[in-house]
Amino acid sequence: MADKRMTADEVVAELADGMTIGIGGWGSRRKPMALVRAILRSSLKDLTVVSYGGPDVGLLASAAKIRRLVFGFVTLDSIPFDPWFNRVREAGEIEVTEYDEGVLGTGLSAAAQRLPFLPTRAGLGSDVVKFNPGLRTVRSPYEDGEELLAVPALDLDVALIHLNRADARGNAQYLGPDPYFDELFALAARRSFVSVEKIVDTAELTAEGPVQSLLLSRAHVDGVCETPRGAHFTTAAPDYGRDERFQRHYAESAKDLEAWPRFADRFLSGDEDHYQAEVGKFSEAS
Amino acid sequence: MITRAEVAVVACAELFRGDGEIVVSPMGFVPALGARLARLTFEPDLLMSDGEAFLLANTTGEPVVEGWQPFRKMLDTVVPRGKRHVVMGANQVDRHGNQNISAIGDHAQPKKQLLGMRGGPGNTVNHRTSYWVPRHSKRVFVDEVDIVSGVGFTRAREAKQRFHDVHRVVTNLGVLDFGGEDHAPRLLSAHPGVAVEDIVAATSFPLDIGKTIESRLPTGEELRLLREVLDPKSLRDREFPT
Repeated sequence: MADKRMTADEVVAELADGMTIGIGGWGSRRKPMALVRAILRSSLKDLTVVSYGGPDVGLLASAAKIRRLVFGFVTLDSIPFDPWFNRVREAGEIEVTEYDEGVLGTGLSAAAQRLPFLPTRAGLGSDVVKFNPGLRTVRSPYEDGEELLAVPALDLDVALIHLNRADARGNAQYLGPDPYFDELFALAARRSFVSVEKIVDTAELTAEGPVQSLLLSRAHVDGVCETPRGAHFTTAAPDYGRDERFQRHYAESAKDLEAWPRFADRFLSGDEDHYQAEVGKFSEAS
Repeated sequence: MITRAEVAVVACAELFRGDGEIVVSPMGFVPALGARLARLTFEPDLLMSDGEAFLLANTTGEPVVEGWQPFRKMLDTVVPRGKRHVVMGANQVDRHGNQNISAIGDHAQPKKQLLGMRGGPGNTVNHRTSYWVPRHSKRVFVDEVDIVSGVGFTRAREAKQRFHDVHRVVTNLGVLDFGGEDHAPRLLSAHPGVAVEDIVAATSFPLDIGKTIESRLPTGEELRLLREVLDPKSLRDREFPT
């Protein structure tokens, strides 16, 4: 029986330069931030990142890890824009594949089902088509003959996801209100790694939540990583909500290139334990 | 005294008149107030979420959950099925009814990066879409948007989109639609105290003002609900600096 427990650094050791990496969550909600922080500590580069973007994108951009971003939006939710994402965009420093948020999901669905594409109306008439000249349309073979956008499969090398609980074999559970697109990210990827608040015995999974909360089966999970508060500063409801004060501190620091090195030195220069300890001090100082 | 914010909330509520039993997704404080006001008065069957994954049966008081609507369900089924009316923001709107929330300037290296396309392309080809513009100006109402997120009438016709339904644009000054000849932009109404010529001057493209009326005032009951129940702290005024 496979024991898939790993550390965050062991997960990142499985990644390689130039990979296409899907990141679960939505905006500043349930992002695998401990895994993102582990990438920041690595020498990885030239990544293609696929994300319903939040501070995962901003932090990776701050460390010049992203070559191309596939996205429908980047936002911190309670703060409209991520300053690092806006900076690298306005400097022309990253390539982008900009989709409608539904089109992004359609591409993940196609990959999850091992289809070359799936049709949708979303995107037609908009500049999604103009800015992605590789996109093709397909005509319905039936009487209606409607022309639809053929969204190509968004095949991922790796998916990184944060959920609330998992067992050591990789059965993984969300306990909050929304699964986001995490299942599709896992199924669209050749390999997926899940960080969770807590690794528990299998029997505890259905003791804590309904069976419908078992989002990922172990067949689609290659590694499980216990990272308490590993989604910080994004939400991991019901374990914790967004750390709004810390997010404001991130955004204010990210806006100001003179302030940023202080933020990076304090929070991002050490390992995850160091990060969580500094966050603890930051919270106490409020 | 009835404030312009209160008139704008009522104009947002009026967006939903006749919508019946569909999901409404008002983005922004004033549109959300309008939707709640509509549900408490003339559109009691509207469905509304808490901004996250729950549909709430009641408009005031302790939330009663009546449904589950996570983001994936929204995009996989609710939007394509079309029983929805969204009110989105807009950094730019042009004479064709195109909307931009993606970026200002050249897409490869924008002058100002904004949110991204979000759901604009999918919303506008699938169901009724309205816009809320809290600061009506020539910077927002431009001849041609820099980037087309929400699809306007010319593009929708060219792409043969049969479910395209851009309804109205409510602003801090008045209410527009694209119901003129060949979908020409019209000024449906000017809020009380706002001169039609001031709205025309704050809009880069020509507005048909042939049938412009004054925006409807809140009824006594609407004012009571707004002031005593929905927004007793008058947060609506924040979007209307004096």
